[in-house]
Amino acid sequence: MLDLTYETPKPKVIAGAKHDWELVIGMEVHAQIATKAKLFSGASTEFGAEPNSNVSFVDAAMPGMLPVVNEFCVEQAVRTGLGLKAQINLTSAFDRKNYFYPDLPQGYQISQLYHPLVGEGEILVDMQPGIARLVRIERIHVEQDAGKSIHDMDPAMSFVDLNRTGVALMEIVSRPDIRGPEEAAAYVTKLRQILRYLGTCDGNMQNGNLRADVNVSICRPGAYEKYQETQDFSHLGTRCEIKNMNSMRFIQAAIDYEARRQIAILEAGGKVDQETRLYDPDKGETRSMRSKEEAHDYRYFPDPDLLPLELEQSWVDNIAATLPELPDAKKARFVKDFGLSEYDASVLTADVDSADYFEKVAEGRDGKMAANWVINELFGRLKKEGHDITSSPVSPEQLSAIIGLIQKGDISGKIAKDLFEIVYSEGGNPEEIVETRGMKQVTDTGAIETAVDEVIAANPAQVEKARANPKLAGWFVGQVMKATGGKANPKAVNEIVAAKLGL
Amino acid sequence: MTDLNKLTLAEARDQLRAKEFTSVELTQACLDAVEASSALNAFVHNTPEIAIAQAEAADARLASGDAPAMCGLPLGIKDLFCTKGVPSQAASRILQGFLPEYESTVTQNLFDAGAVMLGKLNMDEFAMGSSNETSVYGNAVNPWRRGNDDTPLTPGGSSGGSASAVAADLCLAATGTDTGGSIRQPAAFTGITGIKPTYGRCSRWGVVAFASSLDQAGPMTKSVRDSAIMLETMCGHDPKDSTSANLPVPNFEAMLTGDIRGKVIGIPKEYRLDGMPEEIGALWDDGIAMLKAAGAEIREISLPHTKYALPTYYVIAPAEASSNLARYDGVRYGHRATLAQGDGITEMYEKTRAEGFGHEVQRRVMVGTYVLSAGFYDAYYNRARKVRTLIKQDFEAVFEAGVDAILTPATPSAAFGLGEMSEADPIQMYLNDVFTVTVNLAGLPGISVPAGQNKQGLPLGLQLIGRPWEEGDLLNTAYALEQAAGFDAKPGKWW
Repeated sequence: MLDLTYETPKPKVIAGAKHDWELVIGMEVHAQIATKAKLFSGASTEFGAEPNSNVSFVDAAMPGMLPVVNEFCVEQAVRTGLGLKAQINLTSAFDRKNYFYPDLPQGYQISQLYHPLVGEGEILVDMQPGIARLVRIERIHVEQDAGKSIHDMDPAMSFVDLNRTGVALMEIVSRPDIRGPEEAAAYVTKLRQILRYLGTCDGNMQNGNLRADVNVSICRPGAYEKYQETQDFSHLGTRCEIKNMNSMRFIQAAIDYEARRQIAILEAGGKVDQETRLYDPDKGETRSMRSKEEAHDYRYFPDPDLLPLELEQSWVDNIAATLPELPDAKKARFVKDFGLSEYDASVLTADVDSADYFEKVAEGRDGKMAANWVINELFGRLKKEGHDITSSPVSPEQLSAIIGLIQKGDISGKIAKDLFEIVYSEGGNPEEIVETRGMKQVTDTGAIETAVDEVIAANPAQVEKARANPKLAGWFVGQVMKATGGKANPKAVNEIVAAKLGL
Repeated sequence: MTDLNKLTLAEARDQLRAKEFTSVELTQACLDAVEASSALNAFVHNTPEIAIAQAEAADARLASGDAPAMCGLPLGIKDLFCTKGVPSQAASRILQGFLPEYESTVTQNLFDAGAVMLGKLNMDEFAMGSSNETSVYGNAVNPWRRGNDDTPLTPGGSSGGSASAVAADLCLAATGTDTGGSIRQPAAFTGITGIKPTYGRCSRWGVVAFASSLDQAGPMTKSVRDSAIMLETMCGHDPKDSTSANLPVPNFEAMLTGDIRGKVIGIPKEYRLDGMPEEIGALWDDGIAMLKAAGAEIREISLPHTKYALPTYYVIAPAEASSNLARYDGVRYGHRATLAQGDGITEMYEKTRAEGFGHEVQRRVMVGTYVLSAGFYDAYYNRARKVRTLIKQDFEAVFEAGVDAILTPATPSAAFGLGEMSEADPIQMYLNDVFTVTVNLAGLPGISVPAGQNKQGLPLGLQLIGRPWEEGDLLNTAYALEQAAGFDAKPGKWW
């Protein structure tokens, strides 16, 4: 595996009225497993269906119904674990988390408390080129999602939609290794990127398919290092958990608000209460949802309807063997094989479709030139029109052909931009367009010499000035390019102008 | 052709095939018996239309020569089984009006084999009870009486309706379920045979759950042969139940040779309880003598953790039940309390569950909630799980040492009077399960066989416990015991 070297970022420091403070953040990300059927029933997971249409007898917790684990969901979670370089536990088990709520028909959520499917792993969170935070993953467990309660449709009644009930989630739990709001957002971004590469979660945060609970505490500088040495949590402050955020912006804003709230409490001589809080994006603040005393007693116990989940090592190995190239490896390879900057490689590997597109363009072409064209011209243009890379009007073959024409010297960079515009809006084979529309640049030195001679003859005063100040030769080059309609090879024009002016 | 309802499954099966009568005639005889049995309160919901339609279909199959194992045989179905379109409410108010849109795997297996459903049978609410007195329908009554004393007696529980119906010849056989003895104790109290198979033999899909790790369905029948026939039809692998065993189902009936020569029968010394009625001890001794006479080797064995079984059971079963019963919340089906102005979701849960669950169910839900709660989990639930493992290991060690089956009393007494225990500490009632719960905790097959009567003429049962998955061998030992005991008494008809 190729690795890029990196330095650890500095933790975010917030200056309080009395002291400086640092943040310590751990995250629990709930990622909906990309699968057609629910975790323990055959019902569909399709988003946006009519309320209560994707509900089986099992999901509705009818009497006598029993869960049967969906093997593909387990496979997806194992794939995720492997993608996060995590321990796969060949024996895991499901537990019931008991609480009453109308959108939880069983009266319990089937989860994995005591024996999770996936153990310790890690994620390298890129902050800037050369700077990244290694965040440890504590565990990943598989669990059921709840349904949706709707309280605002009727003044007297609440409604329940069970379509989401029983949908498979992975809860990915990090260690408290994240040290600031930006890092928290970058962590979710990187995790989302990896999940999308793996095809185990579509990462759609708007639909709630990726949500984060954030545990925030603050400490004085130096305390975190003591925690790291000892793994003793008493060096850290009391944490508050901010539940269920589905936007990178909210995550950052909520952490920032929460840290400042805690600083204000501590600096006023108060004590932070361990509690669960909710972020209100309208007011930009967190507020208490329930305190530690009010916390549910979930009465976890092993689900007697399900046998322990036993995996064969060979089955895990087969999944490992089909793992795709992941972002870190791809980025490192792009830097090495195509000579790209880490920044450009990051941009191109942000999602696997862009990376695949780039690789097709770059085949047999100059890597840096291909990267510039994809990032600056194509991405810029797609973004302007709200297109996705997968719906790009310019195919990688077409863009590769354009770059090929530049590398051959058939067209200049400037003409290439015109050609790109034609291909983008009209389509067509770039080579044919260049031929039929006479866009090929003039490399015939005879023709260029004639044009240079004409410009020199017509501008004697400029000739005098240029001979005195050779920097003015560029003016002649411009005139020649203009006279040839931009098709003259700029390098040849430069040389001939210099020679004719005797520079 | 009178009294067709008194036939055993085997007799009726053979005579149906011999065209001596039709399934419709047989079914009608049972329906008439059911109709006349309201004093027993065994059937709580009759399904005569379904029964006649199924009987007609069975007759057509019999006529065509395509008669599966249970073709045309009328059964009663415990109310715990979800039966499609037929009220299935686990004898609880909270499931009032619930009509399943699905058929439990076990009843489907029976119907696929041609069985006829006469109706649903009374039971203790959610199968929690040993006397049938926790039923929302009121208790079923035992057809047996103490001599000329007309004190109504319990048929046992939780499958009391099933036991009463079979003993009173209202049906040829019935389904039961057994979480801590709910098949075997009522079978013993009513002079019939009932087997709880190995955990995982019968699918639990569509059976209202009490304690998932202990619940098993099984047949309640008039003979060991009938249990063999019906069990074979009921069990089998079900992909819809993750705990269902993917094992072939042998032809149990073909294994009934009655030859148990050389079999080793274990007699656990820990089951000889202090204060056990003399008649129970005597019955046990008789059973030992009968098996010995049949050529078995009798060996005293020790199951040292037996004394912890009852407390262990009464931690694990309520714990699972407290979670399994959480779904009865008034939101989607069954009973929902009428709410007062301003009541919210909490009031809905509280009022619905207070109205919907009886006292015993509420007691067990509270016990279960307590033993799983933070701070008590390790002391109760986790410890109980560990003891459960030790109890299982006790049996494994004995089987390892060559014991083929274990003989014990089925119950610590004969059927008691209805209401006699109602004032007692609930623990007194729980003691009814003292010989049976170990079998559920260890997941083993156990069968109760009527083996004698007490001085008052009430039936008494012996229990045989077998090796896991060896129901065939266990049934054969039971068959030998049945033949030796020659129990053929019937309750005098008073209802």
